[in-house]
Amino acid sequence: MGWGAPPARCSFSRMFPGFGTPFAELSGIGTAHFDTDAGKVSRMAIETFYDVMRRQGITRRSFNKFCSLTAAALGLSPAHAQDIRNAMETKPRIPVLWLHGLECTCCSESFIRSAHPLAKDVILSMISLDYDDTIMAAAGEQAEAIIAETIEKYDGNFILAVEGNPPLNQEGMSCIIGGRPFLEQLKHAADHCKAIISWGSCASWGCVQAARPNPTQATPVHKVPGLADKPIIKVPGCPPIAEVMTGVISYILTFERFPELDNQGRPKMFYSQRIHDKCYRRPHFDAGQFVEEFDDEGARKGYCLYKVGCKGPTTYNACSTVRWNGGLSFPIQAGHGCIGCSEDGFWDKGSFYERLSDIQGFGIEADADQIGGTAAAAVGAGVIAHAAASAVKRARSGSSSASADTTTTHEDA
Amino acid sequence: MASTTSKPHTEETVYVYEAPVRLWHWINALAILVLCLSGYLIGKPLPAIGGEAYDHFMFGKIRFAHFVAGQILVVGFVFRFYWAFVGNAHAREIFHVPLTRPSYWKEIWHEIKWYAMMEKSPKKYTGHNPLARISMHILFVWGIVFMILTGFALYGEGEGPGVIHTLFTSWVIPLFGQSQDVHTWHHMGMWVIVIFVIVHIYAAVREDIMSRQSIISSMFSGWRTFKDDGSSD
Repeated sequence: MGWGAPPARCSFSRMFPGFGTPFAELSGIGTAHFDTDAGKVSRMAIETFYDVMRRQGITRRSFNKFCSLTAAALGLSPAHAQDIRNAMETKPRIPVLWLHGLECTCCSESFIRSAHPLAKDVILSMISLDYDDTIMAAAGEQAEAIIAETIEKYDGNFILAVEGNPPLNQEGMSCIIGGRPFLEQLKHAADHCKAIISWGSCASWGCVQAARPNPTQATPVHKVPGLADKPIIKVPGCPPIAEVMTGVISYILTFERFPELDNQGRPKMFYSQRIHDKCYRRPHFDAGQFVEEFDDEGARKGYCLYKVGCKGPTTYNACSTVRWNGGLSFPIQAGHGCIGCSEDGFWDKGSFYERLSDIQGFGIEADADQIGGTAAAAVGAGVIAHAAASAVKRARSGSSSASADTTTTHEDA
Repeated sequence: MASTTSKPHTEETVYVYEAPVRLWHWINALAILVLCLSGYLIGKPLPAIGGEAYDHFMFGKIRFAHFVAGQILVVGFVFRFYWAFVGNAHAREIFHVPLTRPSYWKEIWHEIKWYAMMEKSPKKYTGHNPLARISMHILFVWGIVFMILTGFALYGEGEGPGVIHTLFTSWVIPLFGQSQDVHTWHHMGMWVIVIFVIVHIYAAVREDIMSRQSIISSMFSGWRTFKDDGSSD
């Protein structure tokens, strides 16, 4: 079956044909659900998303609204709301294994707060979240059994969502799940999955546990040696925006493929523009009106935070458009610069409150102006010294030739 | 050699810098001046302006100056590269350095000793001296290529998806890691250019005074005059 065929090797473009007929083939296969009380696994005929939503008391009207809003959130034309509706009504839910490595669970916390267009109960119904140890009822051996069961039952068909990353040093001993290194669990699940979602900056780039000097050698998912060659979508951010996470899932569900990715593996629909490009404080940037200190007049007037280290101009994310907490606000709106949490290595660029980055590798931490300015000053001093020496040489040769009186060297010519 | 230069000598002159090269040189110099000043201010903005945003466009103007000067520099550089093919032999010097020729390295060594004041007299060169040639090749040519690539990559960020983004931004940013790193290295590149300018101007002035040929006036007139008619060694 198409969904079960070995996925295209690594290439994103070649992955899409593999997604051609995937989910429909799953219908009729039972899927696992967690009983709310005991973490026991019961079986029922696979439900569509729509079935689950209706069962949870969501009206048809609300469902239609949800489809329209999701289409809008994904930047699709109104006609695509119908596609989303069709997908919801006819397709079985995607089985998802959500594994946690070295992380802080902020991705999960963000995810469950997706406010609109997707209520958390709705989005949790869209996927068949077979395993997510932080929010599932099952625990211990029962929980671990679900992983094995999902892998066995949906071999090659489930989506592996990874939150956090594995440490490689000491054979992965810095992150143990169920008595085994997370590294092993990740590799095993990756061997059998259809595709991987790297949730958050940990899985995408490494984040804080991979900051210098990275003692455990925490490694983002796509760089784990020996990991099966599966398509990976990166959804960076610390955490990613809830609506971005649910938007990515909605897209995969509706169109049976990844959204279009940039060449770093991030969905273009959310990561092709900088915070800066859509920042509502941008007019102050262009005017040259900056906050100099956090308690100055400029801060009170809502000037641009560029000079107090805002990383908006170098950060690709959707915060300035989608915003946070149901579109309520985002860091810059709250008066604090962007720290660039969705960018690779954002912990290692020096202070969050400095405009210029620290450049590593000079033994001390210094920014481009400190290093360049020092070098230019040294060269300038060298030039002055050299000029002085040249003048002395010239004066000497001049006087010596004058005393010799017979010849002058060509330098004097 | 050169022992009787106080005697009248015929001044040999050679046409070295063709008019387009001279014109490029000065336009390029002006563009670099504007780029360094505006670029520095983009990295470290002036004290904030008060009032309302709609009354001002200061930072926008500074960035505009930077972009305009950058585009002029790029057009000039492309033209200068083209001129290396159609111009005279000297027009090729800064683009092509004969690194594999042992005699070239010997001459560089001689020139280093001349600058270290261990050599009594410099050699005569119609075009650039070998040390100047390699310095310009590395610091200027490759420095400017680096600045053009990173500069367009950063420009493409603001432009968004499009030709510049595809040609530069799409691969330069992943190459450096992330956008902030490109900014940082573009900023470092400015200091490399500043250092080049310091050395370049100093060497031109010093050579004009102490070498056996004209330097500064040549970049205005195009003609190189030799101050003695001794042999080239």
